[in-house]
Amino acid sequence: MIEIDGLIKAYGPRRVVDGVSLAIGRGEICVLIGPSGCGKSTTLKMINRLIPITAGTIRVDGQDVTQLPVERLRRGIGYAIQSIGLFPHWSVEDNIATVPRLLRWPEARIRDRVTELLELLRLDPEEYRRKRPQQLSGGQQQRVGVARALAGDPDVLLMDEPFGALDPITRGALQQEVIRIQRATGKTIVFVTHDIDEALRLASTIAIMRDGRLVQHASPVELLERPADDFVRDFIGRSEIGLKLLSVRKVGDRARLNGTAIGEPIDAGATLRDALAQMIAQGTQVLPVRDGDGETGRSLALGDIVT
Amino acid sequence: MQGQGGRGRAVRLRAILRGPVLWVGLLFAALVLFMPALAPVFAWAFPGYTPPVYPASFLSLWLSHAGLVAVSSLIAAFVAIGAAIFVTRPAGREFRPIANSLAAIGQTFPPAAVLAVAVPVVGFGSMPTLIALTLYGLLPILENAIAGLEGVPPAVREAAQGMGLSGVQMLRQVELPLAAPVIMAGIRTSVIVNIGTATIGSTVGTLTLGTPIINGLVSEKLNYIVQGAAVVGLFAILTDLVFERIERRLRVA
Repeated sequence: MIEIDGLIKAYGPRRVVDGVSLAIGRGEICVLIGPSGCGKSTTLKMINRLIPITAGTIRVDGQDVTQLPVERLRRGIGYAIQSIGLFPHWSVEDNIATVPRLLRWPEARIRDRVTELLELLRLDPEEYRRKRPQQLSGGQQQRVGVARALAGDPDVLLMDEPFGALDPITRGALQQEVIRIQRATGKTIVFVTHDIDEALRLASTIAIMRDGRLVQHASPVELLERPADDFVRDFIGRSEIGLKLLSVRKVGDRARLNGTAIGEPIDAGATLRDALAQMIAQGTQVLPVRDGDGETGRSLALGDIVT
Repeated sequence: MQGQGGRGRAVRLRAILRGPVLWVGLLFAALVLFMPALAPVFAWAFPGYTPPVYPASFLSLWLSHAGLVAVSSLIAAFVAIGAAIFVTRPAGREFRPIANSLAAIGQTFPPAAVLAVAVPVVGFGSMPTLIALTLYGLLPILENAIAGLEGVPPAVREAAQGMGLSGVQMLRQVELPLAAPVIMAGIRTSVIVNIGTATIGSTVGTLTLGTPIINGLVSEKLNYIVQGAAVVGLFAILTDLVFERIERRLRVA
């Protein structure tokens, strides 16, 4: 869906992005992560040409981004940023309607779309559509920001540390929303963050960058099990790798077939981290595993979690 | 929901009645229209008072004065806002210091001096007055317009650009509406100052509220000066109050 090929951004002699090549498939959530100054935001902003490309190409859905009139390109790509940037002089409805109005959708369709998006972001449409941004909390503002980014029904959504300014609880809730929305809409999302746990939670693939270069591009599990070098290992948190692996592995992959456990079952789709937490809470070393259809024919033992 | 309309109207009516705009406005209108009727008051305050003979009634003096201020302010606003837009675009950024300097010169050059320079060129009457007032009114509007346009939050600007608004669309839909209260404050300052400044037009033959003032200065009659000054002062206060209402309505947060 998105092909980045030999991308370079230079300010004079200094290369902020130095030959990045990356392919992002349709329906993926690709998280760009790395230390400050690694070029992740710059890379993101070259996709919608907010920052001009020095060299290399970016193709979205086969189309070279420099070959389209820039406004048309941007109207087809959703963009959500950390400082949100809602228009303070417009209502929530008018904010969300921005791109559809630029695309000249009929008003009735725009109104329905606003309702649909507010519901998707779990904000009561009748209560929120006429509110002003100043009347909303940070989390609500960012929900509207995401709704606004999705309004024109773009295939691609760019998100630049969108939850960085929010408290941990709101951040967690919104991360969950992104996963849910992506599953519901199948959009391709490029997400920049510096928080490795956020990346591990959200990503289908993670692209870890350093000094303008791509160090590793892999799924969360692969990144944890086979980090490319010491930099990656340190970035993830060397001592935490084992625990983080618990958060990405699923119960269903480790459960045994003999179900002789009693007590509160755990879903096969839950993470090993949840399973460990439940074992500790219940004071037990074996849990029955509940499959998708409610059967509890399998079980998970403490030893299965570790090896 | 239906009762709200009637109650809303009653609340607004009460606000108008209680607000200063209505009462200052009535006082001003009374002075302008009925100045001759106040002759006994002036006779008591200033012994030896004889009602002045003016070339025109206070009403027509005021209309002429207001007209000069309105036209010069409109031209100044047009030019200043246009310049502000230009110097806040990437293309015009380097011209910003020049624009600022020109506007500052326009204000530092005393209007009386502008009149003296303009009269030989364009003659007597309203034209030199208009020129002087326009030049004098540029700086507050220009400064405020630049400040207002630059005061648009960077996050809003970035989001608007990222969504695909063109430069013109961003200006029209985002920047100007957000800058409007600050620009209006600049226009307000410019207009109020020019209401006072316009009085000097009487020295070059234009009819303004300065006519009684200058007559009074020439013939050393204090009561003429007081009459003229009172009307100009009230006009300025009234206009300021109206502008304040407008500004309030433009404000977003």
